[in-house]
Amino acid sequence: MNQAGAPFPGAIATARKVRSGETTAREICEAALARIATFEGAIHAFNTVTGELALVTADRIDAAVAAGQDPGPLAGVPIALKDNLCTRGVPTTAGSRILAGWIPPYDATVVRAVAAAGAVIVGKTNLDEFAMGSSTENSAFGPTHNPWDLDRVPGGSSGGSAAAVAAGFVPLALGSDTGGSVRQPASLCGVVGVKPTYGLVSRYGLIAFASSLDQVGPFAATVADAAALLDVVAGHDPADSTSLNVGSEPLAERLDEGVAGLRVGVISDFLADASPSCAAAVRRAAEVLGAAGAAVEEVAIPSLMLGLSAYYLVAPAEASSNLARYDGVRYGLRVDAPDVAGMNSRSRAAGFGPEVKRRIMLGTYVLSAGYYDAYYGQAQRVRTLVARGFAEAYRRFDVLIGPTSPTVAFPIGARTQDPLAMYLSDLFTIPTNLAGHPAVSVPFSLSEGLPVGVQVLAPSLGEGPMFRAAAVIERGADPGARGPVEPRLAEVGR
Amino acid sequence: MTASMPGAAGWETVVGLEVHCELSTATKLFCACPNAFGAEPNTNVCPVCLGLPGSLPVLNARAVELALRIGAALGSRVEPSIFHRKNYFYPDMPKDYQISQYDEPINVGGHVELADGSLIGIVRAHIEEDTGKTTHVGGGGRIHDADYSLVDYNRAGVPLVEIVSAPDIRSGEQARSYVSELRAILVATGASDGRMEEGSLRVDANISVRPAGAVEYGTRCEVKNLNSLRSLARAVDYESARQIAVIEAGGKIVQETRHWNEEEGRTSSLRSKEEAFDYRYFAEPDLVPLAPTPAEVAAVAAGLGPLPAARRHRLGDLVALVGGAAPVDQLATVVGLGLDDLVAAAIGHGADPRLALARAANEAANRPEEARDLDPAAFAELVKLEAAGELSATQSKAVLAAMLEGGGEPAQIAARLGFEALGDAELEAAIDAAIAAHPAEWARYRAGDAKVAQFLLGEVMRATRGRANGRAVAASLEARRT
Repeated sequence: MNQAGAPFPGAIATARKVRSGETTAREICEAALARIATFEGAIHAFNTVTGELALVTADRIDAAVAAGQDPGPLAGVPIALKDNLCTRGVPTTAGSRILAGWIPPYDATVVRAVAAAGAVIVGKTNLDEFAMGSSTENSAFGPTHNPWDLDRVPGGSSGGSAAAVAAGFVPLALGSDTGGSVRQPASLCGVVGVKPTYGLVSRYGLIAFASSLDQVGPFAATVADAAALLDVVAGHDPADSTSLNVGSEPLAERLDEGVAGLRVGVISDFLADASPSCAAAVRRAAEVLGAAGAAVEEVAIPSLMLGLSAYYLVAPAEASSNLARYDGVRYGLRVDAPDVAGMNSRSRAAGFGPEVKRRIMLGTYVLSAGYYDAYYGQAQRVRTLVARGFAEAYRRFDVLIGPTSPTVAFPIGARTQDPLAMYLSDLFTIPTNLAGHPAVSVPFSLSEGLPVGVQVLAPSLGEGPMFRAAAVIERGADPGARGPVEPRLAEVGR
Repeated sequence: MTASMPGAAGWETVVGLEVHCELSTATKLFCACPNAFGAEPNTNVCPVCLGLPGSLPVLNARAVELALRIGAALGSRVEPSIFHRKNYFYPDMPKDYQISQYDEPINVGGHVELADGSLIGIVRAHIEEDTGKTTHVGGGGRIHDADYSLVDYNRAGVPLVEIVSAPDIRSGEQARSYVSELRAILVATGASDGRMEEGSLRVDANISVRPAGAVEYGTRCEVKNLNSLRSLARAVDYESARQIAVIEAGGKIVQETRHWNEEEGRTSSLRSKEEAFDYRYFAEPDLVPLAPTPAEVAAVAAGLGPLPAARRHRLGDLVALVGGAAPVDQLATVVGLGLDDLVAAAIGHGADPRLALARAANEAANRPEEARDLDPAAFAELVKLEAAGELSATQSKAVLAAMLEGGGEPAQIAARLGFEALGDAELEAAIDAAIAAHPAEWARYRAGDAKVAQFLLGEVMRATRGRANGRAVAASLEARRT
């Protein structure tokens, strides 16, 4: 059965049908492309749609099935990739004018993984420039619209991927999460979004924002589909020195084992700072878990609230260095000048948007001689405090829950003039990145017609219990609280 | 510049050197591209060493092993270390930061023993990546006036170890012998080919002066563009003299980076301390800490062969046993080029130690690679032929050159070159002729002027085109004197 608003069933069901010959990858792919053709003009989820390439891939999958070969666990499943994942031969912009037209000569490790699993890449999704933002309004190529309400943001920075799943363009998408960039848009778009344990998924080929925080993560309409995609992209990669070399059993297999006996902590500090509807969703999700046999208790972890300020020192510091390479010398935008230094600064001035410039300047400042200890050094100490706060909590709890976002999707333009208000969107997601832990946002309820997500957090490599709790919350969620949805084009005259 | 005397009276020169050594790994420090000199520009490159968006570094285990060998050879302590990013914009640096080690380097402390026995302290020897190479076209080859610049990234990401000495060096000559010794150590460990002309070894000098006997250091200047040992020695002496002259004229030394101009033989200001970069070091988040285990460190140290200082002592002792004290510079040359085993083996085959050492240090040294492949028995045979007077020194050198060229037995080569020893009658006839042609000199010789012997010997050599045995000529002249 197709999910509401989607021309195909979920990822697992689609792959099963393609592998069994019940349907073809081409049929699925054409349906996805047709839906994109209908709604993309209103949503702008993609920077590039790779329709022809997708059909070629789909035909290859079908040929493999016809030849009796197994094209893999995601056979014929359309997938969208955040446009900061390098794709060989396909433009990759990171949402920035400075990389407009750049075509990578190589694939990111996760891109190879999804292709090897039989998924069909249909395009590259819009994002805040270099993943810096919480609304996808910082893209050099224009904002993405929330399929639930086209006047609202989809969240960010992986807003294009979240919107693509929520609009029923694709059953799966990949994003990247540095401070909440998968979970927050997932919450605002009513889909599942996962930030895996740091090092579980390779970063090779992910255009870096803040290397010690970045992690690639899946989007899907359901917890099971998200787990299936994470199973495909997780694993050791010798090309990423920070990649973990741990054997892990597939998450998808043990999803339905329930939460009986699971110790669940509800982070009280988060509830206090969330909007009433977001806090209420968490309390009701806690009841759902309790009813399913979990031992639920509130817990205060005050150090988590220090995370935001530490994050806005650590992430810009790393970004200021990671983005230095965009200097006009080797690739990307070049604006000529009489000398090299002039060419560097003119290219960067023309190529970067205001938020990226703000963070480069901030990061450069906090790493400067004389300020390093007071800012960057202090932020690293706070980062340790956050990790310690979590560690103490995880002595008593297996997983923690809280709101993903303080609010539901906000109107386009509402926070663009106030960076600090925008930064607060990630208040509840950032501590997880600072600690390197996993977390997932699960659609749970609606508030004034807009989706509200609940976040499940776990210690490093705690994806197993985290996904089991997420599956239980999903089963107890309000009907209609999750995507895909039918974008209401007529209503807004688009 | 009038004060040209190095170490002018009343002043002490203080030098610390930073030596960048390219490691002779097969691949680059953080990717699998070949680490090779001389390839077509931008052919040994990949997403990682070009710093393409999304690429990540992976540390080369062999580079770490070579860095540990260097540390072991320098007597350094191996410490748990991490990598840092050194941030600055430069077109030949693909990421616009260099991955280097900063305040937690892998090798800490140690020393180098120079050929004359003096010790120079080592502060640290850390791992870092090399940059690409920029060629400025037009405008005299300097970046500011160039029409355009070309960048070759083949060298970008080549592994380097930077060896920082303590400020223990006191002259240009000592700086030269320190680098020469360091080079021998690096070659001996297999860490580097030590070729300064190819940039495998690059030296920056921190130079200051202070009144003799002072404890405080003077303000230092860093001198760059030292492309040979000769440049280094000249630059240290020049810069030291310049600083002394400035101070003696009532001026002050400003901390700055200076450029050595080899043609003009002087340094000039490149940038002042105020213009220095703020490198904004921070721990490289794309790499994990590097902490070799004690067992790994021990295994590397155990695999290290004897080092130049030890080898000089060994060969020196061997020569001294039979032939008296060996010249220090010949020992250094032979060990530096890895020819000590050849000499030792030749001595073992019965060759005259001093002569074997001299031929290795002076003639074989011109072609060290071929010399290392010489058959020690054949080399010993050559030295024996010369010592026995069957080959003159000139002939012996020619035979050795032929052996280095294509191998072979010295006796056969000598025969092929027509180097049969002169018969006694022929030799005596040649001496008769020389005496007859130079009666005045002969008279002076007979009157006791020993110096004239060299002249007469030269005449005999000339007449016999080098075939005469010098010692036999000398003996005959001596016999005829009375």
